Amino acid sequence: MADVLTYVLHYEGELNKNSLGAVSEGAARASEIGGECHAVVVGGEDLSDHLCQSLGAYGARKVFRGRGPEGLAQPVVDVMAKVIDEHGHAYALFGGGLLGFEIGAGLAARKHAGVTMEVISVRAEDGKLVAERPILQDSQISVSRYKGDLGIIIGRINAFEARTVDGGSAEVVDVDVEYSPWSTQAEMVERGEQRGADVDIEGADILVAGGRGLGTAENFKLAEDLAAAFGGNSAVAATRAVVDAGWYPYAAQIGQTGKTVAPKLYLAAGISGAIQHKVGMQSSENIVAINKDAGAPIFEFSDLGVVGDLNKILPKLTEAIKAKKGS
Amino acid sequence: MKICVLVKEVPDAAVEKRIDSSTGRLDRAGEKNLNPYDTHAIEAAMQIREGGAVEVEEIVAVTMGPESAVRALHKAVSLGADRSVHLSDDALAGSDVAATGYALAKAVEKESPDLVLLGQQSDDGECYTIGAVVADHLRMPSLTQVIKMDVADGALRCERQAEYGYDTVQVRLPAVISVGDAINEPRYPSLKAIMGARKKPLEKVAAGEVGIDAGLVGEDGSRVQCGDFHAPEAKPPGRIIEDEDTNETVEQIVAWLEERKLI
Repeated sequence: MADVLTYVLHYEGELNKNSLGAVSEGAARASEIGGECHAVVVGGEDLSDHLCQSLGAYGARKVFRGRGPEGLAQPVVDVMAKVIDEHGHAYALFGGGLLGFEIGAGLAARKHAGVTMEVISVRAEDGKLVAERPILQDSQISVSRYKGDLGIIIGRINAFEARTVDGGSAEVVDVDVEYSPWSTQAEMVERGEQRGADVDIEGADILVAGGRGLGTAENFKLAEDLAAAFGGNSAVAATRAVVDAGWYPYAAQIGQTGKTVAPKLYLAAGISGAIQHKVGMQSSENIVAINKDAGAPIFEFSDLGVVGDLNKILPKLTEAIKAKKGS
Repeated sequence: MKICVLVKEVPDAAVEKRIDSSTGRLDRAGEKNLNPYDTHAIEAAMQIREGGAVEVEEIVAVTMGPESAVRALHKAVSLGADRSVHLSDDALAGSDVAATGYALAKAVEKESPDLVLLGQQSDDGECYTIGAVVADHLRMPSLTQVIKMDVADGALRCERQAEYGYDTVQVRLPAVISVGDAINEPRYPSLKAIMGARKKPLEKVAAGEVGIDAGLVGEDGSRVQCGDFHAPEAKPPGRIIEDEDTNETVEQIVAWLEERKLI
């Protein structure tokens, strides 16, 4: 038996896109090693039969539903460990995201299992699953093979695409679990708080994104002026570092814990290009980077890289584009 | 309150990292720096001590690694830790994430801390995961990627960015918390602290001394094997402009954008 168990995160009655990707990936790979894909969900009343059954459309045959707190990892570890103990899944698979990392790691400890994180591709080899992950700032790919009864695979964000298959409806199985004492010592006080103005960056064709290299919150004006010069469907986005610093609203954040975008033009101003940022914008059609550090990783995946001072370049670029637009 | 801070020596960002093809492990010969994220964890411990909400009796830096890892401990002590523990044993070499977390948990267990802090990621490999492994072995609640933390009444009020926005989570102590770089600005150690670091107590412990089951660590005790290292499919390198004359640079950018019908 070589079944694959995935975890599906949900929020306010909606299933997480990266989790659905994990279900699709799990279903495709499980079929190659003679198994089924199952899913675990943990939460309250919004986990209706209908919502759980809908995972069948992505390839899950069974959905194990635990009633418990949402948005915290350790209760999910308890549920998954129990399901695996009773059903003997050979792999646990997670889409990208913070909870997947925490649950996968906790499960590895609990079950003495191997774990690989930041996985970008999974394949079957001799009836087993093999995971590939980039290492050393994405300069090398490392291949993980598992020993023992259980292998844990944690995907990089957006690595697995959610695809509907002709799977119909999943069977819902309620799991009665006694939570570990330490799993109930953390309590969600507030979840999903939005900080700062609500802005729409996902629909923009042109994004001017600002990072720490802008120097100050006030300098975001340079990015806003440039976006305005492009006109039409353009917007300003930001990195996690400047959002956490309070320079720009959370709704504009690109990357692992923010939004994923693929505009026609992504102009990165003062962004070094850490992997956590890259995963949220690497599918953009054209990437232009302006940064004073010639060694910034972003130059390795930009189509046009400009090494120079933003304070000098951005105002002149804004004027030049305005002039073109006016002509 | 007693705080243990898990620290790690990582390759200096300026040193090119490579895999040793004979062992399949990261070649650590050139490494010499304390993981930058760990400096935020030590700073977080110092701010709890200085915050006054709770009395911190001791801050203990703990690392696992070869002989050279002592340097990371010296750095940790220069940043404020009172003493350090170096878990070092040939039996631990080649441990994967799960085995490393288990071994660290055993070393920490002996210290019976009220709080375990660590950096959320390291520059050289395992991201976001060690804290959760350590916590499960210690049977403590845990949270990763924390960017704000206040201690009161035997609990921590933590904030972090999660999938749907900012979450605020109340965590009862004892707990394992990994912190992000937005949590604080680490201080620079004084010259006196750097000079004094070598005189602070440093205890070296072997796997057996903290009750580590040798069958669960090292290469044989690890459940994942990494290999077949290869280069990823490379994207063709983009064009690079060095800005010397800004007017000229801007002209080139505009021309490039026009060619692609982006203006």
